[in-house]
Amino acid sequence: MNNTFSITRRVALGLVAGAMTLGLAGPAAAESDFSGKTIEWIIPFSAGGGSDTWARFNAPLLSKYLPGNPTVVVVNEPGGGSTKGTNLFAARAKPDGLTILGTSGSTQFPYLLGDPRVRYEYKDWKIAMASPTGGVVYTSPSLGLNGPEDIAMLKDKNLVYASQGATSLDLVPLLGFRLMDFDVQHVFGFKGRGDGRLAFERGEVNIDYQTSSAYLKSVQPLVDAGQAVPLFSWGVLNEAGEVVRDPTFPDLPSFVEAYETLTGAAPSGPEYDAYFAFFTAGFPAQKMVFLPGETPDDIVDAYQKAFEDMKADPDYQANADTVLGAYGQVTGALAQALFEKGTTITPEIRAQVTGMLASEYGVKLGEE
Amino acid sequence: MVDTLLTALSALLTFQHLAYMFVGVGVGLMIGVIPGLGGIAGLSLLMPFLYGMEETTALAMLIGLVAVIPTSDTFSSVLMGIPGSSASQATVLDGFPLAREGQAARALSAAFISSMAGGIFGAVVLTGFVVIARPIILSFASAELFMLSLFGLSMVAVLAGRSLAKGLAACCIGLVIGSIGGAPATGEFRMIFGLEYLYDGIPLVIVGLGFFAIPEIADLLRKNSAIASGNALGSGWFQGFRDWWKNIWLSMRCAGIGCIIGAIPGLGGSVVDWIAYGHAVQTVKKDPKFGKGDIRGVIAPESANNAMQGGALLPTMLFGIPGSGAMAVFLGGMVLLGIQPGPSMVGADLNITYSVVWSLALANVMGAGICLALAIPISRLTQIPFQRLAPFMIVLICFAAFQATRSLADLVALLSLGVLGVLMKRFGWPRPALLIGYVLAPQAETYFYQALQFNGWSFLGRPGVLIIGLMTLASVYFGLRNRVDEHGHVVPNEDDAPDVPSFRAHMPQIVFAAAMAGLLLVAMSDSLQHDFLGKIFPLSVSVVGLAMLGILLPQLMRGKTGHHAHFDAELTGDHVGQEGIGSLWGGLAWIAGLVGLTALIGFYAALLVFFPVFLAMRAKAGPLAVALMTIGCAGFILTLAWALSLNFPTGLLQDVVELPWPFR
Repeated sequence: MNNTFSITRRVALGLVAGAMTLGLAGPAAAESDFSGKTIEWIIPFSAGGGSDTWARFNAPLLSKYLPGNPTVVVVNEPGGGSTKGTNLFAARAKPDGLTILGTSGSTQFPYLLGDPRVRYEYKDWKIAMASPTGGVVYTSPSLGLNGPEDIAMLKDKNLVYASQGATSLDLVPLLGFRLMDFDVQHVFGFKGRGDGRLAFERGEVNIDYQTSSAYLKSVQPLVDAGQAVPLFSWGVLNEAGEVVRDPTFPDLPSFVEAYETLTGAAPSGPEYDAYFAFFTAGFPAQKMVFLPGETPDDIVDAYQKAFEDMKADPDYQANADTVLGAYGQVTGALAQALFEKGTTITPEIRAQVTGMLASEYGVKLGEE
Repeated sequence: MVDTLLTALSALLTFQHLAYMFVGVGVGLMIGVIPGLGGIAGLSLLMPFLYGMEETTALAMLIGLVAVIPTSDTFSSVLMGIPGSSASQATVLDGFPLAREGQAARALSAAFISSMAGGIFGAVVLTGFVVIARPIILSFASAELFMLSLFGLSMVAVLAGRSLAKGLAACCIGLVIGSIGGAPATGEFRMIFGLEYLYDGIPLVIVGLGFFAIPEIADLLRKNSAIASGNALGSGWFQGFRDWWKNIWLSMRCAGIGCIIGAIPGLGGSVVDWIAYGHAVQTVKKDPKFGKGDIRGVIAPESANNAMQGGALLPTMLFGIPGSGAMAVFLGGMVLLGIQPGPSMVGADLNITYSVVWSLALANVMGAGICLALAIPISRLTQIPFQRLAPFMIVLICFAAFQATRSLADLVALLSLGVLGVLMKRFGWPRPALLIGYVLAPQAETYFYQALQFNGWSFLGRPGVLIIGLMTLASVYFGLRNRVDEHGHVVPNEDDAPDVPSFRAHMPQIVFAAAMAGLLLVAMSDSLQHDFLGKIFPLSVSVVGLAMLGILLPQLMRGKTGHHAHFDAELTGDHVGQEGIGSLWGGLAWIAGLVGLTALIGFYAALLVFFPVFLAMRAKAGPLAVALMTIGCAGFILTLAWALSLNFPTGLLQDVVELPWPFR
């Protein structure tokens, strides 16, 4: 009953609303691992962002499906572009399953780029769950396109893209457009993809991408009204690690297919490898949940099982589409594959990307 | 549309909805009263309880909270001179002097009624505007947003104080502080000096508390008296209502300004109170006493900051782009509830939008009513001798400060800026001008760069740019004619200031001005290391700032006695010559003690040591009082920390020994 007790104490804070959440506490604790415990889920971002929302969606479900129904609290540790909270986890978390970490593409990218603030090593951790996401690239009809098949028309156009910064998640479109040999002017300093979409609607930019749920909600109406033309989806990874069409957008080509339409050949070579590494870290393996590496396997299994079991929960099914954007959370072998592909980069490719960012976009990653 | 509006109202007027809204209003009131905590902290507090709630009920609760924070934050602004949240920083300027004159009741009632009127105004605007807002928001492109940030900066003209050069230099220092961290155009890190903390820039809450709260506390601690001398609240409850009624057009104009600024994504809520205040100073003709306790200086920002919430909801719900920091958390809450912001909010989901509108209006009425009802017990606080209240305030301010990144570095930054703030207050450097510079620096730079990228220099010819440009010029013109300083002198540059005729006595302010020049030189030399796009903004700002100091320093050194540039509170302040005045540094030393102790043993343990030591040594409290107050404060902070599920900043001790929460 410890679990119920700790929630009751919160109610005593004067938050009468808390009384309603008692119903969420679930069945009384049985004799199992986590009963009476409090699990801290470190989110290295501030409250209200995408990762925070994702964790707060999962936290009560995790509490419900972990053995012993522990209290799961989301602890925001923002700062340093998510490196601060992640460093804290790397330095402090014990392998007892009571501290877990939620990362995002913004945590993977500094690691892949060799940012001096990074003092964490992904290979030291075990993955509990991965939460993929996807997105769709679209352009303005003023460029003369009618659909994805006209992509070659972009070749000699002056394209403008609203970017959140060359080392943010917008590095994926930056590398992708370079690979396609488009002439794109990246205007930095946007606060989010929503901000970029507003710039598209104002006509300031003519190429943009949105994550799947935002695309369905806000860009599809523009497409229907003839104010936007979809080009391709970034695609998803299958268990063999190949890029395939995004099941949310079966009618749209994936990035790889669009590349083939454009050039007649499948993408390959070091530039594609660089794109592929950041694409994986930014989309199929965007959000991941980690435990410290020495955590016993039975605890990791308990987490994996909880993340698997919650998918049948009516609360999960009711809200998963809005929060997760039509991509199921994955565990097991696929999660492991995404984890490995999304956190591995060769020193040569890292040097190539950072060199390109420095020489062409003036990006410096800070001094050692 | 009218149908939907009425259906939404009747759906809201059920017991369950009103009860939840009351919960939101209650939490919002408490958070608002605590200095430094605002909508972001409040919404984060409710976030864990949203999951699984019915959507309109949950929204009523969230809106209840968001709506009352700018109402209840007035308490600490007026009664203690410490901004209750970033939206009522300007209220301090006139509200606090009124409280010191024993007219707190008048200031509070005028503030609450203005807040309510502003809030309802915001809800009304939201009602009609949701249907037509889309094209208007879309017409604000980067170029117009840049001009709007210039317009905001033009408020410096009115807040510059007696010496324009000093005011502009303060603004430049604010702009320099605001440009610390990643450059918007290139992402390169400026002025970080190898410190990881500075990569993200210095957070707003630290700047606000450091420059406004700490100097007030340091000042009050010197005098050992209660905050308000004599009858704390005073009479004048009805006077406050009458004041508002007499200035109803000012209130409505400021509410309009609040709505517009709230609705523009990116401009942010922390300037709205300053712009409204500046507007009041510029337009009030009759008998202005701004800075000395002019009730219109309370009515203007309080009308605007509540109205702003209505405006800020527009881009949040229509585009999914938060209009302010609190709205970012609100947006997260909407997603948790399964509501996707977007055009459907004015289509299929119009009922949700209108239930938000009604909640906003109702919560504003509820909030103002409760604030009035609770005014007497809350204001009793100001009658407590300040040295007994001080440890609570110091702990609360530190608590609020480390919400920013939850590390010791927050406290160190708070202390450093506090030292700067104390000195600026002493030497008459206008801190509001600095704050405006700080808040608008990243926006001005980002939008300028984006406007150039999108339009080239031809962006200057856009109609919107021209209109806002003309408004800016008008604002500078009116501002220069009605300049006020922190001490309420509405000034032409008359050289009649009280002064001490000796170069020696002027040395401290000369040294301080020289130190500020040094700071700008550091910023300039740092900027030279960067690429063109990364350096141009800090470089130009530091050059302008240095030019201002180039005017100010000779004035300080050679100006005749009473020259308008001269100011040193230690020479001419009200307290000079009075008995029992402590050192300027006493209060800062105590705060530094708490921060230092935190670095050793972690915040919570440091608090448990700091509190009784302060009460016993500084406040000379008896053992029982020390024990009771320590337990009370420790329990309160623990409860808050638990509710927000946060860990306290750790010290050296925690690196060595494993301790249980809250000590870890």
